[in-house]
Amino acid sequence: MELLERFAAGDLEAFEVLFRQHQREVYAWIVRIVRDTGIAEDLTVETFWRIYKYRARFRPDGNFRAWARRIGTNAALDHLRHARHEATLPEDVPCAAGADPAVRREVRDQIRNAFHELPAKYRLIATLALVEEESYAEIAKALGISEALVKIRVFRAVRMLRKKLNSIGVEVNAK
Amino acid sequence: MSNDEINEEMKELLKQAIAPVKDSELRHDLWPQMLAKLEEQPAIVPAIPWFDWALAALAAGALIFFPGIIPALFYHL
Repeated sequence: MELLERFAAGDLEAFEVLFRQHQREVYAWIVRIVRDTGIAEDLTVETFWRIYKYRARFRPDGNFRAWARRIGTNAALDHLRHARHEATLPEDVPCAAGADPAVRREVRDQIRNAFHELPAKYRLIATLALVEEESYAEIAKALGISEALVKIRVFRAVRMLRKKLNSIGVEVNAK
Repeated sequence: MSNDEINEEMKELLKQAIAPVKDSELRHDLWPQMLAKLEEQPAIVPAIPWFDWALAALAAGALIFFPGIIPALFYHL
């Protein structure tokens, strides 16, 4: 029996093989959404727990990688929805040298706070599309929605952010 | 200003405050944590409770015996 068939039938050894094959990729996707290594590890385990729980729904001829990424995205979204609101965005992961030191810390904090106040589904999409620069196609696949809907949500997220930032005096061009 | 230009501008602004994640490498194997979670919370799909079946039967009965409510249902959907 093939690996995916054994997994769908509840074989724990097959699940372990799949876990070891895909854990890094699932973690790498989730950490870019939640931006905290500890939370990303917990959510990776939660993702695979859900995968194992709902294994009977998986079609062995389907794409396990895409299925795992979609479940991981939903786990990360659930986390963003239920996480305690904090004044600052968690940033414990090493970041690219994109942050401009010339931008005043105060302004950076204002931008982060405004970003953190976005509803979870918009924050997730804005993080992936605008910060991580993932393609709309990848985001659409991970969320199980159309590319057109991703574009609409990015547009709405940008509009909400611009409004929030303008209201606190951070200059962002209006239309 | 087009949507693309607005997105680009917001992208630049956001990147100054929230830089993209550079190192997304998993540092250790998570399988031991996975096993611990499976022991703690066995991944069993819960059976559908009897009252859910009762509710479904009531809804189906209402649609069969009072088909007039179907347009109203569609209207509210």
